[in-house]
Amino acid sequence: MENQKPIVINGNRFNFTEGDTILDVARQNNIEIPTLCHLKGTTPTGTCRVCVVEIAGQEDLVTSCDTKAVEGMIVQTESSRVVASRKQTIKNMLSMGNHNCAVRAPHEESWTQYQLKVHAEDKSPELCPAWGDCRLQDLAYHYQVSGSDYSNVETLYPMEMANPFIIRDFSRCILCGRCVKACNEIQVNNAIEFGYDGDKKKIVAGDDKLLKDSDCVFCGECVQACPVGALVPKDARFDRPWETEKVRSTCSYCGVGCQIDFHVKDNQIVKITGAEDTAPNYGSLCVKGRFGFQFVHAKDRLTTPLIKENGEFREASWDEALDLTAKRLSEIKDAHGADSIGVFTSARVSNEDNYAAMKFTRAVLKTNNIDHCARL
Amino acid sequence: MTNTIGDIGDADVIMVVGSNTTENHPVLSTVVKRAVKYKNAKLLVVDPRQIKLTKFADLWLRPNLGSDVAWINGLMHVIIAENLHDKAFIEKRTNDFEGLKSMVEKFTPDYVEKITGIAAQQIIDAARLYANAGASAILYCMGITQHTTGTDNVKSLANLSMLCGNLGIPGGGVNPLRGQNNVQGACDMGGLPNVYTGYQPVTDAAVRKKMEDAWGITGLPEKNGLTVTKMVPMAHDGDIKAFYIIGENPLVSDPDLNHAEKSFANLDFLVVQDIFVTETGKMADVILPATCFAEKDGTFTNTERRVQRIRKAVDAPGDAWDDWKITSEIAKRMGYPMAYKNAQEIFEEIREVTPSYAGVTYERIERQGLHWPCPSQEHPGTPILHTRQFTRGKGVFHAIDYIAPAETVDDEYPLYLTTGRVLYHYHTGTMTRRTDGLNERAPESFVEISAKDAEKFGVEDGSPINVASRRGQITVRATISEQAVSGTVFIPFHFAEAAANRLTNAALDPVSNIPEFKVCAIKLSSAA
Repeated sequence: MENQKPIVINGNRFNFTEGDTILDVARQNNIEIPTLCHLKGTTPTGTCRVCVVEIAGQEDLVTSCDTKAVEGMIVQTESSRVVASRKQTIKNMLSMGNHNCAVRAPHEESWTQYQLKVHAEDKSPELCPAWGDCRLQDLAYHYQVSGSDYSNVETLYPMEMANPFIIRDFSRCILCGRCVKACNEIQVNNAIEFGYDGDKKKIVAGDDKLLKDSDCVFCGECVQACPVGALVPKDARFDRPWETEKVRSTCSYCGVGCQIDFHVKDNQIVKITGAEDTAPNYGSLCVKGRFGFQFVHAKDRLTTPLIKENGEFREASWDEALDLTAKRLSEIKDAHGADSIGVFTSARVSNEDNYAAMKFTRAVLKTNNIDHCARL
Repeated sequence: MTNTIGDIGDADVIMVVGSNTTENHPVLSTVVKRAVKYKNAKLLVVDPRQIKLTKFADLWLRPNLGSDVAWINGLMHVIIAENLHDKAFIEKRTNDFEGLKSMVEKFTPDYVEKITGIAAQQIIDAARLYANAGASAILYCMGITQHTTGTDNVKSLANLSMLCGNLGIPGGGVNPLRGQNNVQGACDMGGLPNVYTGYQPVTDAAVRKKMEDAWGITGLPEKNGLTVTKMVPMAHDGDIKAFYIIGENPLVSDPDLNHAEKSFANLDFLVVQDIFVTETGKMADVILPATCFAEKDGTFTNTERRVQRIRKAVDAPGDAWDDWKITSEIAKRMGYPMAYKNAQEIFEEIREVTPSYAGVTYERIERQGLHWPCPSQEHPGTPILHTRQFTRGKGVFHAIDYIAPAETVDDEYPLYLTTGRVLYHYHTGTMTRRTDGLNERAPESFVEISAKDAEKFGVEDGSPINVASRRGQITVRATISEQAVSGTVFIPFHFAEAAANRLTNAALDPVSNIPEFKVCAIKLSSAA
């Protein structure tokens, strides 16, 4: 094609389209370049430098996420210089916070002291909440990197727990900016940004407010985007991915029909995340869809049929309740005609449930008095 | 929606009318916000409140409550006067343009300003903005429909869209945002008094015969049934004796609740099937425990007509059953076995009797849903409706005059009330008010009032206020807010203990029977 131009990656020629980044071309051709700060659907920034590659004739390594492919470019994605750079990048990240998993540091003498410090700050003896679901941990294993022994680096900003949904753990933040991208470019809520300079750099809400006092609407897009343990759902802080089963479904709130993954542990929903690979939401959710599922396991869920007697409800068996319902509906139909009965089916229940209610109303009760809350 | 959610991102102009999208359809609002911020789409918001989307808007029109037909006619007046309409589309795809043209003639910007309170120049600007774009999408919600002129309002938006040739094209369309997870599906499944599945009329003998054959019965009723909003008053008068209510809480969501409560008290028999004992359940003779969405298999159909799977993730508590199973068991006991093995077997039956769903199977929607109409297994689904022709052939322009809302303010009830939802709660709160964090963010009802009205009526921020209409009274806290525009207050309807619907007017749209939730007259007094 006219606008297709060649580029060489790891010795192989590939065509690319004007405007593609080196990362785009690599991914289109199943060449793995690791990324960390890059968030799908947002403008790349090259902040984390994990995606660096080597270009023949250029002294400095470049970040592949925001470097456009140029005709004739010769790119190495895993050269020794590239790997050394990535290792140093990962090492620096691991060294800067409370990354108290096995990749942090092998130094036995400082390990105990370090863990105790982190446990005290976490107010928990658990390892990092992201353990097992952490991009930094994955990269550290992949490149066989451990952190430096800076066990006495002080935590600059305390953990923020003062809202119902999201824990902000600045000690584990690697300042990759994915959360900022998620908030500003995906949800366009513009609640958070980079604040302060140099060593004091921090993700801030407004003029460094608590999330609960800021423009944050708790959609949790940032939590889902966070590649480490810096942003975690409060109610599922230490739920590990290997302990939960994922079940794909559809959100039960508004009519957008966001695709969700339930994370289920011991017959309980512990977390809901947005399904990233499918329309209509491509991973996004709102506060209700992501965090509003406590009702499923509420203590006052109905668990048995109830029959009212003398103004009070008593528990009943299914047979008793169904027999009574069928008998009363039949009596009223016989005495006053089918049109004296009305059925309210529901915009909350499934198509299959609605079909059954519709068929029952028309084929059994023999009335068209069926409607639902579409108008309300 | 005529178009898809993703398609909004392709619009050149997005007109959002009567939809507080960031709070009621938050994820869909991200598509709108991204289009504006990153794809140079223009945003036109029409809403009586200064909702968050107005911050993203190029133009915000603030109409008086219930004046929608007037400003839409005003836009069309300007578009025709300035020769901005799509003559080729009108010629090829529509009928009755002349009727529309003569109707909108009197809706000059000055005349419209008098009715709507929107400055004449803004009407002109909005008309030019909408008409001069390549593709303009209209998104609307209950702010358009919940009026005694709701049907007129929707038809007027359709007029506007056809006038500029915006139907059947990517980035265009007339797109109702449906407020409940499966309200589209409940309609598609014939959970309406006049149609079977896929909008097949109950008054059509051939359709009835088809259903009778499929169901192995005879004698399906021939007349249209009644809407909820008609049935409830009929219960009051004793003509309706029994309700079977599935997963609904009309005793918080119905208009004029004091009246509705009397209707329910008057029933001979009430059976309520739900996941909690709701306000409606408390009045029941029998309550049947149902599973919730996380405990069952099946499908929901979203606002863009996409049929999507739901899957059982956890076991139901105690002895709760799937809704279809409960209904089937009642049917069996009334002499008609509805013995389904599972939800999929029901879906197969739906496909058989519903042309628009015939091509959708659980296998096909395993990974991603399909948009109906999807008439065969080879059909890819229909993301955009009306691309070649309308369902009825040519589109019809309706000449519609402005009619005032059923209730207007006077000396005794000097303020308008409009109702709606807040971000953190959903409908009657049965689900969201059982999540601690959501309650922490939005613990109670409130009346949102402008600073000017607060001063005029002696209302202090945070103080308890009695709000009364001709039908009832509630006590809520005052919230002085920049979102409110003077003359109109807002109260969310989620909170049963201070139910906004004790105040609302049960006056109905004559065609759709939707109540005028969005307009009534109220007065305030201190409750301190």
